[in-house]
Amino acid sequence: MTPPVRRWVFLVGAAGLAAFYLFGLSGLPGFGHYPGPYGFILNRVAVPQTNATGVVSAVNFEYRGFDTVGEEFILFAAVAGMAVVLRHLRGEHEGRQPLDEASDRDLPPTSDAARMVALLFTGPIVLIGWWLVSHAQASPSGGFQGGVVIATGFVLLYLSGEFRVFHRLGPADVAAAVEAVGAGGFVGTGLAAVAMNLPYLKNFLPLGTVPGAVSSSGTIALISFFVGLEVAAAFILVVGELLKQTLLVRGKKR
Amino acid sequence: MQIFPFIVVVWIVGIGLYGMVTSRHLVHQIICLIVVQSSTYVLLLGVGYVTGGAAPYFFDIPLHTRAVDPVVQALALTDVVVEAAVTALLLSFAIQAHKRFGTLDPQELASLRG
Repeated sequence: MTPPVRRWVFLVGAAGLAAFYLFGLSGLPGFGHYPGPYGFILNRVAVPQTNATGVVSAVNFEYRGFDTVGEEFILFAAVAGMAVVLRHLRGEHEGRQPLDEASDRDLPPTSDAARMVALLFTGPIVLIGWWLVSHAQASPSGGFQGGVVIATGFVLLYLSGEFRVFHRLGPADVAAAVEAVGAGGFVGTGLAAVAMNLPYLKNFLPLGTVPGAVSSSGTIALISFFVGLEVAAAFILVVGELLKQTLLVRGKKR
Repeated sequence: MQIFPFIVVVWIVGIGLYGMVTSRHLVHQIICLIVVQSSTYVLLLGVGYVTGGAAPYFFDIPLHTRAVDPVVQALALTDVVVEAAVTALLLSFAIQAHKRFGTLDPQELASLRG
């Protein structure tokens, strides 16, 4: 099929799709007329029931906690899948290319500005990520958002210097272990509730007294912490896995 | 215009699909898939919006303030995470496809056989 023919076939199909899509969506209650009642009920009962003032976090880690377990394992499986897909093919190995080693090679150094800004921001960014992870119950934050921000700090470390140094520190092994702890901790929190004859992922910890405080909301804060570990480690692994591709040396082509 | 956000949803899906169909580069195609998926954020948040509603965070507003639906916001969060996972996996497929076939053009990839 030539590209112009393909485009026309698509446009005919897309016109039909758009028409049916609009027809279907036009049956929805208009924008701003949310019919409820589920969201309104949650908004009313979530704070008294869980002592978490962030209802979105309460939904994620308590009311729909079981869904979030599945969500977390989608990420877990994707990282494992990446490691499998990006395994070393036949004839590939990590190493230094002879051209890279040539003594007269003009290696562009990392500019001082880039290095300084990256190092300057690594600490604050990891701190902000940690703050987000630990305040799921109070504000629009939580393990997923905070974990990604923490992983960004490690990417800045890479930007500030040589990737080989970063690679030699072996963050991949540590990250893999931390990811397993995060994923296992979430599931284990749920199973701990089962062991106490409660439903899976039931909030069994003391809820604290002040709504929205760091110490409040029981398992919501705990699960957010585990999710933060898992997500930060997963994204460090993803970035590391992609960066490692630049180190590969190909042997002779098959 | 009560239906306007939903028209935006259809537009984003359509423009993303058009990009995927006419794409000549796998990375471009993956980004078009992200565009298609981002339509779901508009749809989810549009469905749950309440006119004049506050964000569902009762840290510094009274408990009975009228607020938007928190469930669709949690779903949008799930959506973002899944999108990141899918993108990472697809990009690694693109890397391997380039290593094996030396091209990232979907048209040429279709005519090659491993």
